[in-house]
Amino acid sequence: MGPTAPREDELLDGPVAGLTPAQSARHLAGDIAFNDEIFTPETGLGPVFVANSCGSCHPGDGKGHPFTTLIRFGHTDSLGQNEFDHGFQIQNRAIPGYEPEQLPEGTPFAKFTPPSNSGLGYLELVSDEDILGMAAANAKNPDGVRGHPNWNLLPGYVTPRPNSRRQGDRYITRFGKKGSVYNLFHQTVVAYNQDMGITSTFDPSDVYTLKSIDPEVSDRKVRDVVFYLQTLKAPIQRNPDDPAVLRGQQLFVQTGCESCHKQTLKTGYSPVAALANTEFHPYTDLLLHNMGPGLDDGYTEGSAGGAEWRTPPLWGLGLAQNSQGGQVYLMHDGRARSIREAIRMHGGEAASIQKRFEEMPAASQADVIAFLKSL
Amino acid sequence: MRNKLLPVCLLVATSVFGQVPVAVDTTSNAKMDALFGRDTTLHTPKDEKMNLDAAYNRPFLRTGKLPISIGGYVEANTQYANTDGVSEGLSFQMPRMTIFMAATINRRIKFLTEIEFEDGTKEINIEFASVDFQFNSLLNLRTGIVMNPIGSFNQNHDGPKWEFVDRPLSSTRIIPSTFSNVGFGLYGKKYTRNWVFAYEGYLTNGFDNSIIANTQNRTFLPAAKVNPNRFEESFNGVPLVTLKAAVKRRKFGEIGLSWMGGVYNKFRDDGLVLDQRRRVDVWAVDFNTVLPGSRTYLNGEFVWARVDVPSTYSQQFGRRQQGGWLDVVQPVLRGRMLGWNTATLNVAARLERVDYNVGTFNETNENIYDEIWSVVPAISFRPSPTTVIRANYRYQWDTDILGNPPARTATFQVGFSTYF
Ligand code: HEC
Ligand code: HEC
Repeated sequence: MGPTAPREDELLDGPVAGLTPAQSARHLAGDIAFNDEIFTPETGLGPVFVANSCGSCHPGDGKGHPFTTLIRFGHTDSLGQNEFDHGFQIQNRAIPGYEPEQLPEGTPFAKFTPPSNSGLGYLELVSDEDILGMAAANAKNPDGVRGHPNWNLLPGYVTPRPNSRRQGDRYITRFGKKGSVYNLFHQTVVAYNQDMGITSTFDPSDVYTLKSIDPEVSDRKVRDVVFYLQTLKAPIQRNPDDPAVLRGQQLFVQTGCESCHKQTLKTGYSPVAALANTEFHPYTDLLLHNMGPGLDDGYTEGSAGGAEWRTPPLWGLGLAQNSQGGQVYLMHDGRARSIREAIRMHGGEAASIQKRFEEMPAASQADVIAFLKSL
Repeated sequence: MRNKLLPVCLLVATSVFGQVPVAVDTTSNAKMDALFGRDTTLHTPKDEKMNLDAAYNRPFLRTGKLPISIGGYVEANTQYANTDGVSEGLSFQMPRMTIFMAATINRRIKFLTEIEFEDGTKEINIEFASVDFQFNSLLNLRTGIVMNPIGSFNQNHDGPKWEFVDRPLSSTRIIPSTFSNVGFGLYGKKYTRNWVFAYEGYLTNGFDNSIIANTQNRTFLPAAKVNPNRFEESFNGVPLVTLKAAVKRRKFGEIGLSWMGGVYNKFRDDGLVLDQRRRVDVWAVDFNTVLPGSRTYLNGEFVWARVDVPSTYSQQFGRRQQGGWLDVVQPVLRGRMLGWNTATLNVAARLERVDYNVGTFNETNENIYDEIWSVVPAISFRPSPTTVIRANYRYQWDTDILGNPPARTATFQVGFSTYF
């Protein structure tokens, strides 16, 4: 008589298999902090902010909606300094009685719609060596695909992994649409601070006054949320044996999409058994690619230029409309309203591969899209 | 402020010379007659009773010659809910126990208080504690903790009167039933052969900032109920005005129109300006009737709310809300059953909806959802009019703000509610 559960492969939230009871409890604590904790002016929201909970922007851990779009602006110079004092992100909302920030006139800016959060624990465990290997392998790519990691400075609260690669004082960063964030801990601290105006001991600076204030979220909660993100399961492919899906997958590889959207990566050691030393299928190489003038917003981050974007993982793509309100908003700012349109927007390093896709018979294109929707 | 009171004054003035109550109608409908067989402090004939009278229209017990009557009701239920295939299992609940006490201080001065214990002793609320001075049927003064007469449910919320375990959604999530505040006001009734007219008007303390700054992540008027200081002082020094006018056609039904409005935010503190004044306004229409012939009882309430949310605040918090519910109760058997002489068996259904956020997103022009639909078929057995045993099946769709596939919840509920 009651509703039945949606199939596991229709959901993006949920933990990786095989967590110990203690790990499950931490995952759950992080889940509650991520999805259920709504910040109010009393609990530290803002005074300027973009949204009031992680879950408002990342509904069901899926892709988010344009109404929670982030706006970042400015150019970083070669020292990684931003030309504006008030940080690089606009807090375009304010609690009653305060004025939100305005975009400085004439500044280059980019909009970012929230990405899905599933499977990020796997991506965090890809070694720097593998990332550099993928970049090196592209040196002679006949289609003109290149790509490089984002080399970026780390904030003081981030401790690099022992065998991280360095260039001077810069490290390989991999999260975010410009790949400028080192790990999930770094991302979480920034999200609390910049997206919600919630200070922590890690980043105690108030977004409004730019002065240190008391922490508004505990260290422990930040760590629980990080653990939650690390242990979110990888999206599960639907209908993997459907003939159209199989044909589409083959064409996806043959066309050259796979040069950037890498099917298979592998993790290193992790205390979470399900994550350790395993292969997974995210369809990204974690590298930045020049995507051509159409996608150049003029906004830079770390060593990512205006037209450079980190290849987004395509897993979970077919579930986008279940978290974006029945519609899809793809590419970094949601400008593509369908998968077909997203492909058409590929330029720069992807131009010749995109052209190859456009020249394919319509039926083959449909197969590729059927494959992408199964992810 | 003054001009808002004008309609009340007019109503009072134009109808000061009213008629006196007439005929007592003893036909009962599927809805219980709370007066049945009991003593009450107000002897209002049945077809003159309106939602306005609900506070006194309850079974009270009198002991000896004491000038105090006492009564109350309790409800308990068990439920099994399943949301998208996940259940937290069986749970037993005693959502509330309420005790009321009335005292006739003088023939025309009365005191009534209603104290509610919610979820065990998690919450203890004084829902009502006021003294009524009767000048004549058209003019009564009520002061103390009063129940703001917005819609019908807030006034007429006793568990044993309803065939449904849950309180109606729009009456508890848009209208914050049971919402009571310190204040005072006037009420009265005017009678003609076929009609009864009633009015109420109150000035009370009211809402606060929490209605747009709460962990519900939506505009939520009931958030203000949590503020215990509202019995002590106004949040911002501006009274909340509540006005209601209702008319009843004898032997047919009642319709009420009500409005509640005021400033909800703290716009100044210690002489310093903190923000502009921001208003909250709620309008409601309520009605009830018994269809002749089938004796089907229809009861409903619709509500619209408008809140001045700063445009620079999150769209998560809606500027407009609307909702409503319609109950249909059909008695199928009445008379002697299982040894009870005045038993009734009813089948009933409720259809209800809440839209927490009426509007479209600035970024996409698409509809903002954040809404609920639910249907509740029910069976109720009343061994006597003051007691109900009820079984409900609730099916509910909760759609998030973006309009993603709704969470579906099915709930079986069995419980009872009785006056004592
Ligand atoms: C205002 C909306 C918003 C809020 C609130 C928000 N996020 Fe995000 N999140 C985004 C956007 C937009 C991005 C993409 C940012 C970028 O590319 O640099 C993002 C990126 C991320 C990523 C990186 C994903 C990837 O694929 O690299 C993680 C992890 C993340 N958020 C976690 C969180 C956590 C944890 C919280 C709460 C503490 C949070 N977010 C709060 C909008 C939000
Ligand atoms: C040169 C590297 C590269 C190649 C080759 C490439 N892509 Fe992409 N793809 C990207 C980048 C980078 C983005 C993100 C651009 C942005 O956000 O503006 C992207 C975005 C997408 C998206 C949207 C994902 C989302 O979540 O918004 C889809 C779908 C997609 N690619 C499919 C394809 C297909 C199909 C092919 C082959 C025809 C292909 N890509 C080839 C780099 C590449």
